[in-house]
Amino acid sequence: MIYCMKTTNFALFAISFCLLLRTGFPLFGQEVSFNREIRPLLSARCFACHGPDANTREADLRLDLRDGDQGAVGSAIVPGSIDQSELWNRITSDDESIVMPPPESNLKPLTEDEQQLVRRWIESGAPYEDFWAFIPPEKPVAPEVKNAHWSFRPMDLHVLKKLESIGREPSPEADPRTLIRRVTFDLTGLPPTREEIAAFLQEHTKSPERAWESLVDGLLQRPQYGEHMARYWLDLVRFADTNGMHKDFYRNHVMYRDWVIRSFNENLGYDNFVRYQLAGDLYPNPTQDQLVASGFNRLHLIIDRGTALPEESFTKNNIDRVTSIGTAFMGMTVHCAQCHDHKFDPITQNDFYSLYAFFNNLDADPETVANPRRGLQEPFVSFGTEEQTARLAELDSKIAELNARSKESKGENAKSESGNNLKRLQRERNLLDDAIPRAMVMKERKEIRETFVLVRGQYDSFGEKVDRNTPAFLPPLKKESEVASRMDLANWLVDPQHPLTARVAVNRFWQQFFGVGLSKTSEDFGNQGEVPSHPELLDELAVSFVQSGWDIKKLVREIVMSKTYRQMSNSTPDKFKQDPENRMLARGPRYRLDAEMIRDQILATCGSLSSAMYGPSVKPPQPPGLWEAVSMTGEVYRADSGDSAHRRSVYTFWKRAMPPPQMTILNAPIRDACIARRERTNTPSQALLLLNEPEYLEAARQLALKVLKQPDSDRIAFAWETVTAKLPDAKELETVESLIGDLTEKYRSSPELVEEICRGIELPDLNAKSKLAAWTIVVNTLYNLDITKTKD
Amino acid sequence: MHTAKELDRLAHNRRRFLMNSGMGLGVSALSSLVAPASVAFASGNSSMIGVPRGCDFAPKAKRIIFLFMAGAPSQIDLFDYKPDLEKHFKKELPKSVSMGQRVTAMTRGKEQLIATTKFKFEQKGESGLWMSELLPHLSTQVDKICFIKSMNTDAINHDPGKTSFCTGSEIPGKPSMGAWLSYGLGTLNKDLPDYVVMPSAFWSGKVNVQALYSRLWGSGFLPSKHQGTSFQTAGDPVLFLSNPRGVDSEVRRRMLDSLGQLNGKHFGEIGDPEIQTTIAQQEMAFRMQTSVPELTDISDESQETLAMYGPDVVKPGSYARNCLLARRMAERDVRFVQLFHRGWDHHTRLPDNITGQCRDVDQPTSALLKDLEQRDLLKDTLVVFAGEFGRTIYCQGELTHENYGRDHHPRCFTAWLAGGGIKGGMAYGETDEFSYNIVTDPVHVRDLHATMLHLLGIDHKKLVFPFQGLEQKLTGVEPSRVVKEIIG
Repeated sequence: MIYCMKTTNFALFAISFCLLLRTGFPLFGQEVSFNREIRPLLSARCFACHGPDANTREADLRLDLRDGDQGAVGSAIVPGSIDQSELWNRITSDDESIVMPPPESNLKPLTEDEQQLVRRWIESGAPYEDFWAFIPPEKPVAPEVKNAHWSFRPMDLHVLKKLESIGREPSPEADPRTLIRRVTFDLTGLPPTREEIAAFLQEHTKSPERAWESLVDGLLQRPQYGEHMARYWLDLVRFADTNGMHKDFYRNHVMYRDWVIRSFNENLGYDNFVRYQLAGDLYPNPTQDQLVASGFNRLHLIIDRGTALPEESFTKNNIDRVTSIGTAFMGMTVHCAQCHDHKFDPITQNDFYSLYAFFNNLDADPETVANPRRGLQEPFVSFGTEEQTARLAELDSKIAELNARSKESKGENAKSESGNNLKRLQRERNLLDDAIPRAMVMKERKEIRETFVLVRGQYDSFGEKVDRNTPAFLPPLKKESEVASRMDLANWLVDPQHPLTARVAVNRFWQQFFGVGLSKTSEDFGNQGEVPSHPELLDELAVSFVQSGWDIKKLVREIVMSKTYRQMSNSTPDKFKQDPENRMLARGPRYRLDAEMIRDQILATCGSLSSAMYGPSVKPPQPPGLWEAVSMTGEVYRADSGDSAHRRSVYTFWKRAMPPPQMTILNAPIRDACIARRERTNTPSQALLLLNEPEYLEAARQLALKVLKQPDSDRIAFAWETVTAKLPDAKELETVESLIGDLTEKYRSSPELVEEICRGIELPDLNAKSKLAAWTIVVNTLYNLDITKTKD
Repeated sequence: MHTAKELDRLAHNRRRFLMNSGMGLGVSALSSLVAPASVAFASGNSSMIGVPRGCDFAPKAKRIIFLFMAGAPSQIDLFDYKPDLEKHFKKELPKSVSMGQRVTAMTRGKEQLIATTKFKFEQKGESGLWMSELLPHLSTQVDKICFIKSMNTDAINHDPGKTSFCTGSEIPGKPSMGAWLSYGLGTLNKDLPDYVVMPSAFWSGKVNVQALYSRLWGSGFLPSKHQGTSFQTAGDPVLFLSNPRGVDSEVRRRMLDSLGQLNGKHFGEIGDPEIQTTIAQQEMAFRMQTSVPELTDISDESQETLAMYGPDVVKPGSYARNCLLARRMAERDVRFVQLFHRGWDHHTRLPDNITGQCRDVDQPTSALLKDLEQRDLLKDTLVVFAGEFGRTIYCQGELTHENYGRDHHPRCFTAWLAGGGIKGGMAYGETDEFSYNIVTDPVHVRDLHATMLHLLGIDHKKLVFPFQGLEQKLTGVEPSRVVKEIIG
């Protein structure tokens, strides 16, 4: 009997799931929802010709509007009657000259299920709804669930309600070792140490809930939290260390990167985080942080002077800037409206250039010089300490004095002595000057540059003049003075009534913990974006985020404290296949770690990870010849050594023309465009990297040396636990033991291989060396386990 | 047309791949081996029988070798012969021709004095096509080649020019052509990448060497497994291919056996099919450790073959060596091979520099065509030779009969194609008497892309991927057409 019930539940789940995959997230037998099912259909198949863009509109028909002259009702749709609705005739016709979408559009015809959805919708009166993402979020009512004991947190209840509606249950809580590894990675980007695991296990046996809470609170206070959180932001704003075009010169955004890290650690509210970046320079007396943050506006790609047309470069830079605002803060593809009105969303071309106007007044050259000194381009600000500034002034006056005197001085001896003095002072001055931190910033010109619509997006083709403004479908902009400022724009974005900003932000934070956002398309909340899997949950999170004062740590804490997050991630192959991305949240997250986390994990577990924070980007070793193969200026990659080679990956030098392969092979974006979510693939190049990267083998050797200091009987468990945070079971012990045996024997008979592995290490005899070699490969094996490169 | 036997082989290769790396690949891997759902298969349509997966119709070519001349060679000195120009030497280009069109920042506002070519042209082959004396070897192959003299592009500078030639868009972030093909057609071979890129390690043109960017062979918004694998000239041809010091293949094999056991055990406990993909990819990596060195080891090539490619073939990283490797890849069914040869940006001292560049590429390119033909591979291998734009008829810098330079010119340039269903011995499209504007049959870079896809059996309008709300295509949103006139 029990078995039968399970089967039925499973069948019900399978059916709903098939529907879910096809059309977003409709629930079996529920009313058709315009926002959930109908709008995505119409948008994908019809809006290109019957939507917001007037220039491509056919037959004076808009299906994105219900009423009005060109609206759907009256011409294409007769509510309640499919027979009288031309829309229905068109989408179901067999006649190629009549059917919509027309075959030459190459858009897929509506499937039978999709047609039935449209039928049910028309029959129910063809109700339109305002687009979900353009309505300010409201706190949803507390969901009613059957299993109210599971959790008291609203977040969990929304998840549970969804699960119950498809006949599923949440998974049990994961074991404590899995939990500490998961949350340590998610909050710091690093694995837990054996000592941390032991401490947590001890607390956990006393009180699981309290142990979890204090673990989470402790992790949120670590400086590594900021480094980890910053990394996602740096993808989003396409942070890099070079121009990204033509000769790809060094571009110095170090202070900006460090500011992002510190902001997360100091838990700067997201509202100010946005304000500082968009308009930090416009505060009455801007702080260092505010100025540095405004360098956000300088992160775009930029070309060096000489070949391109400056006017064109200027336009490109500014379009890039507006695009980043769209992707990062609004979750809208506003850049689609640079040549024409947006095809799917109500953003007109005028809207695009009205946003463009906010950034059109930067007081900077549109192109850099060759080899910009220190990677800086005006406007930039120096942040020397009082002491540094005073010393600099002192040196300058001494140098001037010496210069003057040497002109007067007579005699060879006197000349050479003062010349030497001068050189020494110059050197000191330059060293000091180099040590002064500087950051490129945003700065307005005195007289505001006029902005025109660029016809078809062409830099030299001016259309109508526009003023700074925000798109009409969103809440109106409040201006502090006659001419709107970037600060007004920033305040507009973080107004609690803005429907997008908070949703877009919390969705991205959610994605960090579960691998996929509640709306999968974290860069696009428009008509072509994905309707959220859990709309009420998204709104719950967004509203409480704003109410908390945009408190990121609080939000993050809420997420990791939830029962949803703490579920075990094991399941059955069938269930994995039904929901490979875990959109229903019926289990805990399980997916491959990011490139940076994989590298940092290897460095951390072998003990060589540097704890140094901030400062100029570093160059860990990479295969030879990569820069030379692309460079225009004969650049050679000179790897750092020592501590600098073992810094966290967030500090790795990012050359846009050739980013570090250890990162890009594992899906790090190349940072020439704003990326809100990384993809995750599983390729042979990744296998080659993890198997063969010499630095990673060196790390394996480091750890092997530590392993060999353990008593013989503890070694496997020590290594296994250090790398995976788990303990090996009997079968795993046996497999590793046999591997050690075979490898030790192999290495004993291959002294030349042994010497290669043991180079630079003093060991008494071949026996000891073979052991180290064998253990190095064993650790290399552990580093290549799927469970090691995966968060589960 | 493909014979039934060839098509059977295609299908067989695919089956073999599925079997070999199979043992239950994960969902994501499995679905990526077959062509994406968005590539339409007209099931039930009788004309589709025998059409390989991923194709919309029977392909003419199975693979592409794309010889990219980065920096933009001068069409005027190589291909686009203008016999009547001599009388205009050092005269101002008529305003009726230049029509105030956009020029670069380098020559803006300057005189536009006509620089005729110093190189002689002759009619070659049975087709009697005009060829420059700079390309004596290639001149013997003209009957295999179709020259498109009416190429044009929107970009006037290298970075956007190369980016749009390689990805269909000037704006970074779009997938490259090879990535689209890998995505659309899947893989043809089981133990090599689908898409290989080989930049020359050295070249003769010493002025203005332009940069390359990994985005030129990137996957943009497509899954990154479709990105080009750049073969390195120093060290491992494929990054991290070799075992590190102290590890030999016996150690690696033994280690992979235990690794596979442990991963397999964890799959049993955790249930995530992604673990099986990891196992399969680790095994594929191991196979590549053999197959890639086999591919790049040219010791089995005959002396005649090596001689045909010219003296540089012995130098790793040379264009000549890369041409030979391209042929070896064609034999192994690598879908898309792209060579980058830099050094063509001849703003000044063009005659000296272009002579050296032509010496680099002339004999190897010609050898590649001959070699493919003698191995019966040319018929289904499309070879494309192009730079990102053309060069101006007017001079930049000093102008004498013997010395001159040319600026960037997007409005017309010459590209050529051979093999893979292309009509040989023909020229397509014409430019005006100044090689400045196109007179007949313009071919935009988009049209060339559409044509290349067409030859591989793909309708460029149907090869789409949803991203940022659009059904994205290689050819973008502007109209583009297949140049059917050049297809045999």
